[in-house]
Amino acid sequence: MKVAFVGATHGMGRALARRLAERGDALFLLGRDAASMSLAALDLQARGAPGPVLHGPLDLGHPAGFPGALDAADAALGRFDTLVVTGGLYAPQEELAADAERLGALLDANFTGTALLCQQAAVRLAARGGGDICAFSSVAGDRARRSNYLYGASKAGLSAFLDGLDLAYRARRVRVLCVKPGFVRTGMTVGLPVPPFAGEPDDVARAVVRALDAGRHLIYAPAIWRLVMLVIRALPRPVLRRVQF
Amino acid sequence: MGRLIEPPRGADLPLEEIAGWGRQPVSRGRVLRPDDLALPDGGDPVLPRGLGRAYGDAAIPSAAGGLVIESTRADRIRSFDPASGRLHCEAGLSLAEILRLFVPRGWFPPVTPGTKFVTVGACVACDVHGKNHHRDGSFGNFVERIVLLTADGRLVECGPDRERELFLATVGGMGLTGLITEVTLRLRPVETPWIVQETEGVAGLDAMLDGLRRSAADWLYTVGWIDCLARGRHVGRGILMRGRHAGRVEVGERRPPRARALRVPFDAPGWLLSPLTVRTFNALYYRLHGAAGKRRLVPFDRFFYPLDAIHGWNRLYGRRGFLQYQCVLPRAAGPAPLAALLERLAAVGAASFLAVIKDCGSASDAYLSFPLEGTTLALDLPYRGPQTEALIHELNAVVVAERGRVYLAKDAMTRAVDFARMMPRLAEWQAVRDHWDPKRRFRSAQSVRLFGDPA
Repeated sequence: MKVAFVGATHGMGRALARRLAERGDALFLLGRDAASMSLAALDLQARGAPGPVLHGPLDLGHPAGFPGALDAADAALGRFDTLVVTGGLYAPQEELAADAERLGALLDANFTGTALLCQQAAVRLAARGGGDICAFSSVAGDRARRSNYLYGASKAGLSAFLDGLDLAYRARRVRVLCVKPGFVRTGMTVGLPVPPFAGEPDDVARAVVRALDAGRHLIYAPAIWRLVMLVIRALPRPVLRRVQF
Repeated sequence: MGRLIEPPRGADLPLEEIAGWGRQPVSRGRVLRPDDLALPDGGDPVLPRGLGRAYGDAAIPSAAGGLVIESTRADRIRSFDPASGRLHCEAGLSLAEILRLFVPRGWFPPVTPGTKFVTVGACVACDVHGKNHHRDGSFGNFVERIVLLTADGRLVECGPDRERELFLATVGGMGLTGLITEVTLRLRPVETPWIVQETEGVAGLDAMLDGLRRSAADWLYTVGWIDCLARGRHVGRGILMRGRHAGRVEVGERRPPRARALRVPFDAPGWLLSPLTVRTFNALYYRLHGAAGKRRLVPFDRFFYPLDAIHGWNRLYGRRGFLQYQCVLPRAAGPAPLAALLERLAAVGAASFLAVIKDCGSASDAYLSFPLEGTTLALDLPYRGPQTEALIHELNAVVVAERGRVYLAKDAMTRAVDFARMMPRLAEWQAVRDHWDPKRRFRSAQSVRLFGDPA
């Protein structure tokens, strides 16, 4: 595969990029932090990515830069055939609730930016015969909870978008995979109380690579979270009103 | 892309239970696991930690609730030169990961302890040794450069030829000179993932020591397993094991078997490792491997890391945990004090699953490095409270008298006064630490116990 990758520097993105590099996929990194991408590129090269691994600027909050970023990926990889977006923003509910600017930035990046980028990539890939798009949503988008509905809403929108994108473009050979990680121990979740069934980034990465190869449109990772969310989605509203989560 | 806000500072983190691999003693602390190693703002004491395989209190915070920086997520490779085997990586990279990535390319860690679940940073901080110590010395001998985040927040490079004193204090310095962020080391070229292994039953301590000496000339790796419960003329009875990396021709088309891992899912009941069960195990093990001159090819995992195949094997010792005791006695001491140690252990029936004996080569120049030319002995002691502590002080008395020393990566109990007698270069190490960390920002439960750091 020739992968344009947004978010390969940290957490689940780092683990997934490594898995792809180790099996010889070509990578082009996109993101905000050039220094961090340079270090990630060195790591991915040493792990087997056909080098050199290059990178270019992309900010999910600034859609004006997307065409240029995708052009750069095309130029570096000789036309990418896969777009992976693991990047996204997170902040605790209380802070988002109290700060309209932060909330706006989070909704922009997690929903608007990611959707616009994936849409543009889908058009590009369809025009040249197909490809894969993989974006990270979250189980938080499956059902609103009082403690996490702002972040959850951004991901609910993204999940719906990815679901539809797959329906719309699969006939044109563009496959869209929506990844819904449960609680995963990463830098994003440091300091949060760790629930049961918490996973490690590499568990998620392994599952995502399998799902990409199989052309699936949705996975929960770790897989147990499909069941967990089945239960949570089925909770009657009076119960949700009462529980503190 | 990350968070809109900074990750929480230490004070916001939840308290976690923290213990060494022996699960004795146990403390609580707040653990940072950053993707990029950095020191938190403010001058609070911190303790670097890797994968938690030190047995005792080396990676336990100096006071309950203390801040721990776990390096395991800072594990990027910076560069690898396939011509020379030079690997530049971040401190959290584990030997398991190095083996997974580089054995297929024909490279092996130059020195490995008995577990691969250990970070490169910890290999430096403990100056670990392995079955090739008689020939190659310890891990620090293969380190060309260390990048250290020192107490004042500076990134400092050190190595054998720059900031040499800081280097000698950091190798074997138990993470107390600063936060090791990057390491450059030389890997060893190998042709295959296989080890040519020979085992030989030996009847007693003299035969074991003689066997180790005889094998040292021709074998890269040597080690002995001793049945600790054997007494009298059987003291030191055990199995001598030697190995070397197999060449391509010897291996042929053979493919390594897929590693299977077992897991110990809960704490074993206290009786499991009773003298009777251990005696039986040791006797069976002796019979199994004792047949003379057995030579075969084994995968490197089975040769170096038999216990890694059982995740959480430390739980076999039950909830009270265990202590590991490892000492080295100089060659000049002769076999008599070794026999005395073994006799003493057998007499108190301090059941030991694992008693490992190994001859060491030349000592390193690093101030607190453990190995010295002589013989090292390592064994597990189930923790039974004060009587176990008393036993350790008793063993230490023998070690001090013979000018030997104990290994800090294993230690949980040694008294400061005994340790000072064991380490002739302790003052030099303290001087370097006074220079780089006068306020003792880097400290551990062990450094409080042994070096008088504030708790």
